[in-house]
Amino acid sequence: MAEEAGMFMVHQTVGSVLCCKCGIPMPPNAANMCVKCLRSEVDITEGLQKHVIIIHCPECDSYLQPPRTWLKAQLESKELLTFCVKRLKNLNKVRLVNAEFIWTEPHSKRIKVKLKVQKEVLNGAVLEQSYVVEYVQQEHMCESCSRVQANPDQWVAAVQLRQHVSHRRTFFYIEQLILKHGAAASAIKIKQMEQGIDFFFSSRSHGVKFVEFIGKVAPVRSRHDKQLVSHDSKSNNYNYKYTFSVEISPICREDLICLPPKVALSLGNIGPLVICTKVTNSIALLDPFTLRHCFLDSDQYWRSSFKSLLTSRQLVEYIVLDVEIHVSSEVNVGGSKYILADAQVARVSDFGKNDTIFTITTHLGHILSPGDYALGYDLYRANSNDIELDKYKGLNLPDAILIKKSYEEKRQRKRGKPRSWKLKSLDMEIDDRDRGGQEKTNSEYEQFLKDLEENPDMRFNISLYRNREYQPSEIASMTDGEEVPSVPIEELLADLDLSEDEDGDSNMKD
Amino acid sequence: MATRLQFENSCEVGVFSKLTNAYCLVAIGGSENFYSAFESDLADVIPVVKTSIAGTRIIGRLCAGNKNGLLLPHNTTDQELQHLRNSLPDQVVVQRVEERLSALGNCIACNDHVALTHTDLDKETEEMIADVLGVEVFRQTIAGNILVGSYCAFSNTGGLVHPHTSVEDLDELSTLLQVPLVAGTVNRGSEVIAAGITVNDWTAFCGSDTTATELSVIESVFKLRAAQPTAIVDEMRKSLIDSYV
Repeated sequence: MAEEAGMFMVHQTVGSVLCCKCGIPMPPNAANMCVKCLRSEVDITEGLQKHVIIIHCPECDSYLQPPRTWLKAQLESKELLTFCVKRLKNLNKVRLVNAEFIWTEPHSKRIKVKLKVQKEVLNGAVLEQSYVVEYVQQEHMCESCSRVQANPDQWVAAVQLRQHVSHRRTFFYIEQLILKHGAAASAIKIKQMEQGIDFFFSSRSHGVKFVEFIGKVAPVRSRHDKQLVSHDSKSNNYNYKYTFSVEISPICREDLICLPPKVALSLGNIGPLVICTKVTNSIALLDPFTLRHCFLDSDQYWRSSFKSLLTSRQLVEYIVLDVEIHVSSEVNVGGSKYILADAQVARVSDFGKNDTIFTITTHLGHILSPGDYALGYDLYRANSNDIELDKYKGLNLPDAILIKKSYEEKRQRKRGKPRSWKLKSLDMEIDDRDRGGQEKTNSEYEQFLKDLEENPDMRFNISLYRNREYQPSEIASMTDGEEVPSVPIEELLADLDLSEDEDGDSNMKD
Repeated sequence: MATRLQFENSCEVGVFSKLTNAYCLVAIGGSENFYSAFESDLADVIPVVKTSIAGTRIIGRLCAGNKNGLLLPHNTTDQELQHLRNSLPDQVVVQRVEERLSALGNCIACNDHVALTHTDLDKETEEMIADVLGVEVFRQTIAGNILVGSYCAFSNTGGLVHPHTSVEDLDELSTLLQVPLVAGTVNRGSEVIAAGITVNDWTAFCGSDTTATELSVIESVFKLRAAQPTAIVDEMRKSLIDSYV
């Protein structure tokens, strides 16, 4: 600084003094001792560990970070070096300057690390010294590897989720709920079975927790059993395998139900022909002629455990010819609005063949208008042999009951185009016996996706993700009239994808 | 010859004693060991006086003197002053100095002809030093340290200075002092030279930690090997920097 200010500075030559121990000339330092003498005087690596035993899992090539963590690391990797340095005690008493591996035979079960440390010694002189630490690998399999090694498909609790209906719609929905809540995160295996899914868990409590979760999202009935695997009478240890059998009620959304007289009576003489509008852990029922509605919780349902009269697979397409809305009959059921109306409908299959027209009462007055297509149950042509229906003497059935508006015509145009959103799916093993129904499953899944588009309250509980491959087309906005229901972009979640760059590259090549 | 000794387990013998060519002051210790080490070497040549200065034992750091005189700090008691006047030879002038920096031993380094002083000493003190000790006074620093009295020790034959002193500084100082100087250490690498050693023209006392190497440097630069109290040589008045051996 003084030189910058233009001051004259005398040049200073560093002199040399004699080392106070051995007498060799050297530049003066804080201890006034040459480095060799200082080293012989003090050993700064004293008290530092030179031999350390580390536990290594030979199966997954990971190292035990006490007390319980296993750290995966390659030989000579940065992670392993960090791990090795962290294992040394007393290293905080010195300053670590450098650490590097010394090559050892990979199968020698020895890792050598050369450390360079600094420490202040003798009135302020800082001494630097390097030394080698030898780590001895002791082979010890980690918990998960040893379990896999002992028995690859070892499970303690199995949850058999079943619904005795002809379609898998419910399971598509429940799969999404499970994914959203991470309910099956602890499952070691998930297997798709006929009419259901099996979940396998490594401990009973995980199984119980999962059964409780299912009980919150669907009307279920469950029972459990245990099978003794082994026992040690001396220490009173019993080793069981637990099986939970969970049955979901066969009543699904949009099913037509004929309530048993007792149930109808207990629900205030509703029905007896009712539509199921929603299934959560309770079942919402709606009388389409009076717009009376009620909820059945799972206890109430399983007490009588009735079946549905007609299910959504038997829906028939109608064309609406005329709609006449009843005055002052708007009803709100669980967030959705219904208006009672008289409608004249004709089957689409009859159209142009005969003049059969049905005059019916419908609860869909709010969305139907003449010319629309609607799906409904054809009771006129149905040949039902339901026991419950037979119990009602003199019940005159309507010719048709409309369930929902159909967007099939409009959807034709969009056929083949990808959706702007996608769903995740559980990693399921597929049962071999069920392989024949692959096509059926696909069409059911497509139907499920359409349902999601049409029902915002169904989307409410599940996570939709943005589809990366989707490119919005300009022509889409040209469609006239009423739009096909679709999922608004704000509802979609961006999927976390770590291989994004790679993905982008491959896109560019395309 | 240089002698290694300790004062009550401390190697800083320069703190507890003051050695000149005309007298030797020794602190009053718990035992007679320290005193008798000086006594056995010096008894038949110069007086060895046991004393305290300002009630303390760190007399070597508080006073400055040579064969002509002795300067004492302002807080020296009258009894001590009287005791010293009585004990020292008549030609030695004992004088109390009214100086704010009372550790005179740390601020002044001198032989019988030249003195180096702390840069902040009063003008009056400087005159006093010149008058009482009969020396030329230079305000100096040693290797950037202003406490010149602590970081160097020199006699009429040679001198030892702080190990970090640069070659240029060493050249300048030896020109001023007209004695050969060498940078070195005492007490196994200690750079506080004057605390570890007390020296006159024919003998030196240093702390017992001093190594053989340091001792050989001391003996060669102060020319103690052949030195006798009777042979006070005066021919070494030319400037030179000695080599180590």
